[in-house]
Amino acid sequence: MRKTADFAKKIYTALIFLFLYAPIATLIVLSFNASKTRAKWGGFTMDWYLSLMQDETILDALGTTLLIAFLSALIASVIGTVACIAMSGMKRRSRTVLMGITNIPMLNADIVTGISLMLLFISLGLRFGFGTILLSHITFNIPYVILSVLPRMKQLNPSVYEAALDLGAPPLTAFFKVTLPDLMPGILSGFLMAFTMSLDDFIITHFTKGAGINTLSTKIYTEVRKGIKPEMYALSTIIFVTVLVLLFLINMTPDKAQRKTDGKEETA
Amino acid sequence: MQKELIRLEHISKSFDGQMVLDDLELKIHENEFVTLLGPSGCGKTTTLRILGGFVQPDTGKVIFDNQDITGMPPNKRQLNTVFQKYALFTHMTIADNIAFGLKIRNKPKSYIEDKIRYALKLVNLEGYGKRMPDSLSGGQQQRIAIARAIVNEPKVLLLDEPLGALDLKLRQEMQYELIRMKNELGITFVYVTHDQEEALTMSDTIVVMNQGYIQQIGSPESIYNEPENAFVADFIGDSNIIPATMIEDKCVEILGTRFACVDTGFGSNRPVDVVIRPEDVELVEPAAGTITGVVTHLIFKGVHYEMEVMANGFEWLVHSTLLSPVGKEVGIRVDPFNIQIMNKPESEDEEAVALEI
Amino acid sequence: MKSKKHLLAAPYAAWAVIFIVVPLCMILYYGLTDKSGAFTLKNILAIATPGHARALWRSILLSLISTVLCFLLAYPLAMILAEKKGNSHGFIILIFILPMWMNFLLRTLAWQTLLEKTGVINGILAFLGLPALRIINTSYAIVLGMVYNFLPFMVLPLYNALSKIDENVIHAAEDLGANRIQTFFHIILPLSVPGIISGVTMVFVPALTTFVISTLLGGSKVLLIGNVIEQEFTQASNWHLGSGLSIVLMIFILINMVLTALFEKDESGT
Repeated sequence: MRKTADFAKKIYTALIFLFLYAPIATLIVLSFNASKTRAKWGGFTMDWYLSLMQDETILDALGTTLLIAFLSALIASVIGTVACIAMSGMKRRSRTVLMGITNIPMLNADIVTGISLMLLFISLGLRFGFGTILLSHITFNIPYVILSVLPRMKQLNPSVYEAALDLGAPPLTAFFKVTLPDLMPGILSGFLMAFTMSLDDFIITHFTKGAGINTLSTKIYTEVRKGIKPEMYALSTIIFVTVLVLLFLINMTPDKAQRKTDGKEETA
Repeated sequence: MQKELIRLEHISKSFDGQMVLDDLELKIHENEFVTLLGPSGCGKTTTLRILGGFVQPDTGKVIFDNQDITGMPPNKRQLNTVFQKYALFTHMTIADNIAFGLKIRNKPKSYIEDKIRYALKLVNLEGYGKRMPDSLSGGQQQRIAIARAIVNEPKVLLLDEPLGALDLKLRQEMQYELIRMKNELGITFVYVTHDQEEALTMSDTIVVMNQGYIQQIGSPESIYNEPENAFVADFIGDSNIIPATMIEDKCVEILGTRFACVDTGFGSNRPVDVVIRPEDVELVEPAAGTITGVVTHLIFKGVHYEMEVMANGFEWLVHSTLLSPVGKEVGIRVDPFNIQIMNKPESEDEEAVALEI
Repeated sequence: MKSKKHLLAAPYAAWAVIFIVVPLCMILYYGLTDKSGAFTLKNILAIATPGHARALWRSILLSLISTVLCFLLAYPLAMILAEKKGNSHGFIILIFILPMWMNFLLRTLAWQTLLEKTGVINGILAFLGLPALRIINTSYAIVLGMVYNFLPFMVLPLYNALSKIDENVIHAAEDLGANRIQTFFHIILPLSVPGIISGVTMVFVPALTTFVISTLLGGSKVLLIGNVIEQEFTQASNWHLGSGLSIVLMIFILINMVLTALFEKDESGT
């Protein structure tokens, strides 16, 4: 009875993950497909990986995507963290208002956010390009940082900061040596979340980019009608596998150590 | 003694290859207040969860009212549990929390309302029915958890360290409340705690456990006065546990000096441990003592002084209302009745341990 | 010292006003004016024209279906995942975020390959002797794309809510006589309402407003309200009309938020 239930659960989980990862597997397979059309398997090839290295438009788009993701996540992390610290010292009402505004980009439709930013940039007379994409990405990334730092902030024991002051540290030193390290896990996961969101964004970039600049997303979108270059599959595969390996390495080491200490805890 | 209600037969349980209970045997009688006492990891909570039906034993049987209930799911058992940290339903009012079990059993509305009123009165929280659990203090939530369990009129109430999260004063108050409730309800309480004082205060029977084994079962008095091994002696209150040799019946040699005692049947010239409670060590004039020593430490504890006396190479812990200053030479005398002889530990779980609670 | 802390909010507050509040005001302004700058409601009322109304209706229908499907698929999965104790928390979240590192347009396009007449899925179906699926370029494909893309946004909040439920609360319900089904409906489901609400919002809003999934999987046959708005901005360059329709869209998002908030109150009130 219990065994069949366990089995059913495993099958169900497996099916969902098959659903989530089937397209990814498809793309990886396509990156080795010698035939240029998606519909047919024309044999195994590494050609796309080689020609990827010569394809400047794709590499340019990749560079732009990574640079925007990195800069926007970094700037959003700084602004978001400072905002969290500020909010902890704010009156309840003003904090509620600020959090309400913070939630807007999360709850609103991407298309509306994109359009509204586009209208803003036009009326400000900004030239559409790298700058406008970066500003937009920072805007939608800040909420991710705030939402991952704020819970950490609430858990913070104020006595720790006070203890540092008590032991003679000036306020700024106390902040950088004590409070900031405590917030770091939250900031890091916020940064990572922001980076991922920026990397995966299409809609907002679509409305705020100018002619002549492309992120991977917008590049792919323009290629949809002409047919996607197989080099794109190769590139996605490389990115995906790289991230997979990185995450695997990061997750394996501390996880193991933790599991060991967990095992020592009493069960009863 | 009253009628037997619960019997645990040969219960063993291990988690991830770690033995938590090993061939446990336990009988619980009707209308008894039984406390499972031991350090964390001793298996007491697991025992309770097996009784509640939340954990299945690897081997053995749970007999309830002469019926095997080992495989019975928790919702079919005539026992109710008061959980550690209360486990109240935070999305329901206090009244709905208390009514939960009755509604599940489709009791009539008027009956449920009467029961809620009765239960709230029993736990001294009349008029709290419309409040949400979050708005109550820890002590009040604890009472609600008890009320929620007892309205179902269980034959047995299982309590898993219910006072653990409360502060000292509140804990003592709740101890009296629990005794009062038990007397009012006339049902069996099975109570799990690591707090020996709590156990001594409330129980009819204490079951001392360590490392998955029962060390001793007995009344609070017998557990305190006649511990069967070093672990029990050490765990329940302060004590002097001293290696000794049983010379013959009613005579034991402690630290090279012979003391009269009342125990018999330990054989002759056999190594044993003796337990002497610090309040049973009498400090007298050097000449009047069985052995003599020098006071090395002195602390005022309120009701008594706590002293350490170095005598025959052993630091004796002494509790006395009379002060003997540090450096004073004193004689030590122990009433034969207060020397408790124990067999040497046969296994690790029977040894005295340094406790960190 | 402490009293000055809130001054640190200035940079972010300024940012939020310039890049969040002002742009929304601009949409309102454009949506409520015509090309000469005069006040008008015609951009908003334009939603009533048959083409726009049909697109909006289709969007609402498809996004509702997708939300329900996501919920039905995600809830059992979230329960299974929440059962697993220990420190698998980070790992589970990771598994759902990982696909995002492969571009979302490409992932969605991959479904074309899988769904095509001679695609992988039909190949498998043919091998099993089952009839072929013909759903590419239909509303079904769009729903599939929505469920595929937004399922993680349903699973994660549900998983968070469910794994927060104290095991002993569930034990307490069983202890008080509730069987599994009663425990589920009286305890687990109500306690997971916050997760349900954020999951529903996080799926419904992007599904309602998408134009990418319909472009990629619906061919050019199925127009959603998102496609209409996108075209007004990028092709027709009628920002006033586009903004007006965006306001309508925001009204629907607001309705969704109000409804879920009411639902939440209702649940905790009983």
